[in-house]
Amino acid sequence: MSEDAKKPAEQEDSLNRRQFFVKLGVGSVAVAACGTVAFGYEFLSPNVLYEPSPLVNVGKADLYAPDSVTLDPQAGIFIVRAAEGFYALTAICTHLGCITAWKPELGIIACPCHGSKFNKDGTKIAGPAPRPLPRLKMWVSDEGDLMVDRSNIITGRELVRV
Amino acid sequence: MPKSMDDLLKAARGSRAWRSVFRSGPGFSKLHRAMVVQQNVFLHLFSVKARKRVLAFNVTWYLGALSAGTFAILVITGILLMLYYHPSAPQAYDDMKDLQFVVSSGVFLRNLHRWSAHAMVFLVFAHMFKVFYRGAYRGPREFNWVIGVFLMLGTLLLSYTGYLLPWDQLAFWAVTVGSNIASAVPLIGDKMRFLMLGGHQVNANALLRFYVLHCMILPLGLIVLIAIHFWRIRKDGGLYPGPEPKPVLIPSEAKNEAIQQ
Repeated sequence: MSEDAKKPAEQEDSLNRRQFFVKLGVGSVAVAACGTVAFGYEFLSPNVLYEPSPLVNVGKADLYAPDSVTLDPQAGIFIVRAAEGFYALTAICTHLGCITAWKPELGIIACPCHGSKFNKDGTKIAGPAPRPLPRLKMWVSDEGDLMVDRSNIITGRELVRV
Repeated sequence: MPKSMDDLLKAARGSRAWRSVFRSGPGFSKLHRAMVVQQNVFLHLFSVKARKRVLAFNVTWYLGALSAGTFAILVITGILLMLYYHPSAPQAYDDMKDLQFVVSSGVFLRNLHRWSAHAMVFLVFAHMFKVFYRGAYRGPREFNWVIGVFLMLGTLLLSYTGYLLPWDQLAFWAVTVGSNIASAVPLIGDKMRFLMLGGHQVNANALLRFYVLHCMILPLGLIVLIAIHFWRIRKDGGLYPGPEPKPVLIPSEAKNEAIQQ
């Protein structure tokens, strides 16, 4: 009688064989599931991308008329030649990624998808775009070509003088 | 001499071969007809009996069955279209144009697939509205409503992934815009977009990923959910027959008088 009463109390603090194996099994499946998530994430993220380089050679400075805005639709950038020098803007709308267009008759950059409007320095005139068009790093290569790095957004407003 | 077609059919149904396939055997009793449904792997999802009243057109407008019907058309036409379509970046557009102008009946199959897809989205929403306004989503059918919401999401995702496959301007910009919407999710948005497209922009990787989602992962998921959805109709007590008739209430004054007397 006293032994029977003792038994359940013992089981509460110590595992019996079945409970041990259940815990072991659930634990190993949990570890395997974590491994599968990590494996799946790694598998689905490509390690090599066959995408165009973010560096674009946009040619010699004298291709661009003074005080002009030129869209390079392939690269998705604007080359702006102001009175004192050059700067580059992304042409990808900050709303949902459409390519914007320069409207010479209005003197603004406009997005055909949802009607966002920007000044030619990239500042926003009207939404729905949440942010201005960012400026991209621009420099002159050793060969004298204008270069733009599309992956490098700059915050300064300096111009490239040629 | 030649027996009638009915006699031949009857003999066939009594044969050993027939009975090894369809275990219910010959006969048209109510029990027998119930067994035919209950012992068939496909039909057993459904109830063996239904109230005549709930099968009337007015009750459901058959919207659920019509949604399933458009899905069946989409699976069949989709498999046929796959025979002429290569999900690779320069060729996908040409294959789509070949289906329209070169392949026999290609334009018919492609248009059938396209219009059925539009119809399915319409019918799924109509089905949801009908279920909602009849109050058929309430207990004990609330879990089936949840399955239905996932079926609706699956339908929309199938529409969206299929939209990229023609690889034309419309497809490219729709998916550019859509994947940028996905990247608006806080913290993980950009990563989600990267995994979805298999890159930073909509290109060959994105086309292949959308193809696999559209032709394998999403349809298989939808088929499993549809099976559960049908099975739960039976488990939750059959099609919703409408609200219970209201009991006739005794007006409170009359009730009080009745108690006093």
